[in-house]
Amino acid sequence: MAKSTTTTTSTTAKDVQALFQTLRSSYAATPTNLKIIDLYVVFAIFTALIQVVYMAFVGSFPFNSFLSGVLSCVGTAVLAVCLRIQVNKENKEFKDLAPERAFADFVLCNLVLHLVIMNFLG
Amino acid sequence: MGGSPNQPSPTPSAANVSIKPDTLFSGFSLKNLKLKTKQQELLIRVSILCLVYVLAFITRLFSVLRYESMIHEFDPYFNYRTTLFLTEKGFYEFWNWFDSESWYPLGRIIGGTLYPGLMVTASLIYWTLRFLRFAVHIREVCVLTAPFFASNTTIVAYFFGKEIWDSGAGLVAAALIAICPGYISRSVAGSYDNEGVAIFALLLTFYLFVKAVKTGSLSWGLASALGYFYMVSAWGGYVFIINLIPLYVLVLLITGRYSMRLYVAYNSMYVLGSLLAMQIQFVGFQHVQSGEHMAAMGVFFLMQVFYFLGWVKHLLSDSKLFQVFLRFTVTCSIGLGALALVGGMASGYISPWTGRFYSLLDPTYAKDFIPIIASVSEHQPTAWSSFMFDFHILLILFPAGLYFCFKKLSDTTIFIVMYGLTSMYFASVMVRLILVATPAVCLISAVAVSATIKNLTLLIRTKSKTQQTGSSKATGSTKASSKTSLDQSPPFGRNVAAALLLGAFYLLSKYVTHCTWVTSEAYSSPSIVLAARGAHGGRVIFDDYREAYFWLRQNTPPDAKVMSWWDYGYQITAMGNRTVIVDNNTWNNTHIATVGRAMSSYEDEAYEIMRSLDVDYVLVVFGGVTGYSSDDINKFLWMVRIGGGVFPVIKEPDYLVNGEYRVDKGAAPKMLNCLMYKLSYYRFGELTTEYGKPPGYDRARGVEIGNKDVKLEHLEEAFTTSNWIVRIYKVKPPSNRL
Repeated sequence: MAKSTTTTTSTTAKDVQALFQTLRSSYAATPTNLKIIDLYVVFAIFTALIQVVYMAFVGSFPFNSFLSGVLSCVGTAVLAVCLRIQVNKENKEFKDLAPERAFADFVLCNLVLHLVIMNFLG
Repeated sequence: MGGSPNQPSPTPSAANVSIKPDTLFSGFSLKNLKLKTKQQELLIRVSILCLVYVLAFITRLFSVLRYESMIHEFDPYFNYRTTLFLTEKGFYEFWNWFDSESWYPLGRIIGGTLYPGLMVTASLIYWTLRFLRFAVHIREVCVLTAPFFASNTTIVAYFFGKEIWDSGAGLVAAALIAICPGYISRSVAGSYDNEGVAIFALLLTFYLFVKAVKTGSLSWGLASALGYFYMVSAWGGYVFIINLIPLYVLVLLITGRYSMRLYVAYNSMYVLGSLLAMQIQFVGFQHVQSGEHMAAMGVFFLMQVFYFLGWVKHLLSDSKLFQVFLRFTVTCSIGLGALALVGGMASGYISPWTGRFYSLLDPTYAKDFIPIIASVSEHQPTAWSSFMFDFHILLILFPAGLYFCFKKLSDTTIFIVMYGLTSMYFASVMVRLILVATPAVCLISAVAVSATIKNLTLLIRTKSKTQQTGSSKATGSTKASSKTSLDQSPPFGRNVAAALLLGAFYLLSKYVTHCTWVTSEAYSSPSIVLAARGAHGGRVIFDDYREAYFWLRQNTPPDAKVMSWWDYGYQITAMGNRTVIVDNNTWNNTHIATVGRAMSSYEDEAYEIMRSLDVDYVLVVFGGVTGYSSDDINKFLWMVRIGGGVFPVIKEPDYLVNGEYRVDKGAAPKMLNCLMYKLSYYRFGELTTEYGKPPGYDRARGVEIGNKDVKLEHLEEAFTTSNWIVRIYKVKPPSNRL
């Protein structure tokens, strides 16, 4: 592993550039509804990160509050990713699952998640 | 399985073996009602399930019939006491309950140190019955909770079996688990313990999770998270779930069976499940802090990385670019994960594994380091005979079932195989964990039974119907059953198949008789009331425990403190309603060691300790008169070991002679004069227990005791029960200073 990384160091910069370009161009082809979900996921993860950074500065004293804050974001993100998987037309595994049903499941899970969070917030 | 509607009878007939009346019932209804084959099958299936449901309940009622409707053993008394409190005072009082009657002078925060699932369940049943105007006593509800949940387990087992194999296997699994002694041992009427409810919750969680993996639906994931929440609220064994499921996911990842369904199932279950579990006070933040739960979290992050990589791979068509990306992210994530783990461990944020967990992974650990865990008999490694006793033919069917599962490998069968193998390992490490293995063993054996019988009956049927009906399917499956590959000899094929079928039925009926016998003989005694055969073959009942606790309740001041070994703590508080120094919730080792030290010291030293603990009464259990072997003298070495573990003044060799533990004339002098010996054998030297033996003959150990002239200085005998099993002493106040 270490050996291979040293040999490729010179070309890494170019590779990374090419990588991001390809990523951007292929991501542009994603349907809009999936893009919206992606934005939502990114937002949730970002919020979780802010809380973690804040915790690192201020301390985690009401630990349940911190946990419920972070877990609310992480849970939302994960559930949204699950929704994204289920409504993605390219996933053949979920052909039988109607998008409406997937969304209803998503809402139900979120409801449970946030009811528990409210209880846990203290 | 697609073939089941075409051949309705062979699969249910497998389950018929264990429930005889059912054949009559279904035959009767089939003749009268002209139903289609599919409806007939449904009818048979439902009626079998109903009968199994009832059977699972009534087979656990032996103890009520033999003795009476009462709570068994030790721990159930605590559960009973807390349930009583919950029904009387309500949930908030229960949640905030500080119990000053145990662990004197420390007390115990009950709400924060127990799994409330069982009590809440029993109270809910109680309140429901009350609401429906059934005037039951809470004790009856508690006594019958475990059998009721055992019945529910059979239903879950049916659905689980159906998921693994087919509905026939489900029925067999339901019938097997209904009467399996390994499960009955913890769920007879009266054993009101966490396990009774927890096994139901365990199997339910696994079933729902398997279902979630199969469908990839969020709502099944949510359901399994709720099942997990119930399990966490009921029993500490939930750690098994939170480690088995990540292990299963990991195995699927390694074997290349990763799918989007798995991602949805695991992540929804983990996030919601761990968040729900944190609502239980006793579990608290353990899901993010203790080492036992880190595997689940690690797999959770691994899944995210895996998904992210898959997504990027999907976006990138160029494989070389992906290689670069892969190398970058994998190094980063592994490095970050390791850094976080090491950092967490070093800073003490992630607590290391607990002793019980260690002793599971390394069976010799507890014996060397934690005597309090090793001293409990149900934490001992399992003997071979108890496997045979608890599983009977399932032990032989288990490998056969594994073979069938490997043959038809799917996500579901991989799960059950892993559950079976890991729980078998744990069952061989600790006796009490046979219970966890039982559902897996029943399910896998059910697969074996169902598949074998199906193949055999198919063999018989195809021959009789001139090999026309469904020949391709039938021969396919008969070939698959390598056990019964009798196609080459058509004249004998049918006969041999019939003989094998008869043999299978014979084995299954033997299983039924064995289970019934074990249940009635071994697992239905309450252990609080002892039964023995008298000289003339009649049954003698020793009800000494309840006699003693009743005496305590009636004759001692309400604030009296009773010192006894921790085994009897729960019973004294629940039945005697008196404060105890230590009890079965062994949360404070030092406190227990103090009691152990008092019991193993000379009387005047012990008196100091008892004075410092405000002890008013001392209770010992003694079996010398009746020959009851699990008394305090036989447990005494554990008191010495636990006491010596904290207070080095107590040394085990002082109580042994050449490494031998004896109570007769050749016993060690310290042994003959320690408090426990004195309290047990006080005035025992005057008693002739057996004809033809000298006075002071100890029937539990079969020797004449060494110190017949026991004098007590600081204590006086207060009460001894009719068979001397429980002896209570009063601690005298200090004498006047002169």
